[in-house]
Amino acid sequence: MTRFNAWNVFKNGFTGQKNWDRQWRDPEPKKEYNIIIVGGGLHGLATAYYLAKNHNKKNIAVLEKGWIGGGNAGRNTTIVRSNYMMPGNHEFYEHSLKLWENLSHDLNYNVMFSQRAHVSLFHSPSARDGAARRYNIMRLHGTDGELWDLDTLKKNIPHLNYNNARFPILGAAVQKRAGNARHDSTVWGFARAADSLGVDILQNCEVTGVKRSQNNIESIETSRGTMKAKKVGFAVAGHTSLLWQMAGLGNLPIESHKLQAFVTEAIKPLLDQVVVYGVGGAHFYISQSDKGSMVFGGDLDWYKSYAQRGNLPMVQDSAEAAMAIMPCLGRIRLLRHWAGVMDMSMDGSFFICKTPLSNLYLNAGWNYGGFKASPASGWYFADLIANEQPHKNVQNHNLERFEQGINIDERGAGPDPKLHG
Amino acid sequence: MIRIKCPYCGERDHSEFTYGGDASVEYPVLDASVSEWTKAIFFRENIRGIQKETWHHTNGCRLWLEVERSTITHEIKSVKACHPQIDKITKNKS
Repeated sequence: MTRFNAWNVFKNGFTGQKNWDRQWRDPEPKKEYNIIIVGGGLHGLATAYYLAKNHNKKNIAVLEKGWIGGGNAGRNTTIVRSNYMMPGNHEFYEHSLKLWENLSHDLNYNVMFSQRAHVSLFHSPSARDGAARRYNIMRLHGTDGELWDLDTLKKNIPHLNYNNARFPILGAAVQKRAGNARHDSTVWGFARAADSLGVDILQNCEVTGVKRSQNNIESIETSRGTMKAKKVGFAVAGHTSLLWQMAGLGNLPIESHKLQAFVTEAIKPLLDQVVVYGVGGAHFYISQSDKGSMVFGGDLDWYKSYAQRGNLPMVQDSAEAAMAIMPCLGRIRLLRHWAGVMDMSMDGSFFICKTPLSNLYLNAGWNYGGFKASPASGWYFADLIANEQPHKNVQNHNLERFEQGINIDERGAGPDPKLHG
Repeated sequence: MIRIKCPYCGERDHSEFTYGGDASVEYPVLDASVSEWTKAIFFRENIRGIQKETWHHTNGCRLWLEVERSTITHEIKSVKACHPQIDKITKNKS
């Protein structure tokens, strides 16, 4: 693989930039691999990359039923932040943010990570107290966070609706190191970097069966043939339950719900930050892409579904939230909206853990937050697969936590997956 | 928009309803083991296909309904009131 650098751009300039290598190979599946990761999204590819890079593992395959970037990697609102409070979560997401800060250099691929600040508005004194508590906990753990009063907020984002009588804006909780990144670049970057370390990325390779002996997986049956594997990792986002049942393992503390995202026509620079608005039943987050489109999202569609398309009431809800907080968007036209299928877990936190099978490892339950988590998810999942021992930051992110009563419920919403927004 | 045929109010938009969840979950007896309760409360089959689920007609008659719906196409196969005796009353009404 040719590295992207100034010299190579210059050299290829002599031949019209036409002689670059493929970003990643299209290998034929082998009969046997040391490690098979099912799911060629951000998490699966990041896992394969860190297995090869951090743990020097060889003979790894990533199986993807569609194409790289065609699943939830291409269906998110690209927000990266680490404003988490619960033990385990804040260490995990802070590690993820630190990986993001150097990801473009690490992958030799511009993921266009932009630390433009994540501004979470509050509208009542009690919400301010809640934000102060959360952001103080973050600061005590070494994550940046600050509270902006109304004047600071008005100076930074002058065009929010400051005249709302029902829910007046009082200020905002801000994480300045947060921001967003380019989702396609990230998944392509991980694919290219993993491939250059020898990982086989097998596209159009859908898992159709899992053959197991008593206590472990012997081989994976796919649309491109059967492959033996010494170790198997599942990282398939919304469809984890199906794969889990294919392996004969029963039920999971997960429901599949769909979450919509929206993108408008491109306009001149309007919004420099990621703005989050959540009050009185509304839930809304918006940023502007480098192309100029406004990218935003809201709540889940509120009922369980595997359909990758959204419903209209949620389009209306999101449009109402947009008008409530940024009335200047009133005449903008929506270009596209789509939905991704999410693993909504029973406490709103993820799983990176061992399973009842000795050579199977699980990476699932990312709720609303899979995109920002992907580097650390790959990092810790690779660590688990290589060392067969969970890192202390993810030691409670397992399937047993519910029975032990140590749920990691950031929002305190209880065992109802759709409420963990 | 999904249209749900409420046995009391007739066919309405799903935005009038609140989604309850998996209706196939059966709770164990009160003094069952922690592991049985954990399974009932936290673990789900997460069906890809026709599933039994509850909906509350929040902005209507406020009945709890049991609906069979496809989680792939959103097509509804059947709707009935959760409580069998309420079903009797609604039948008398119509």
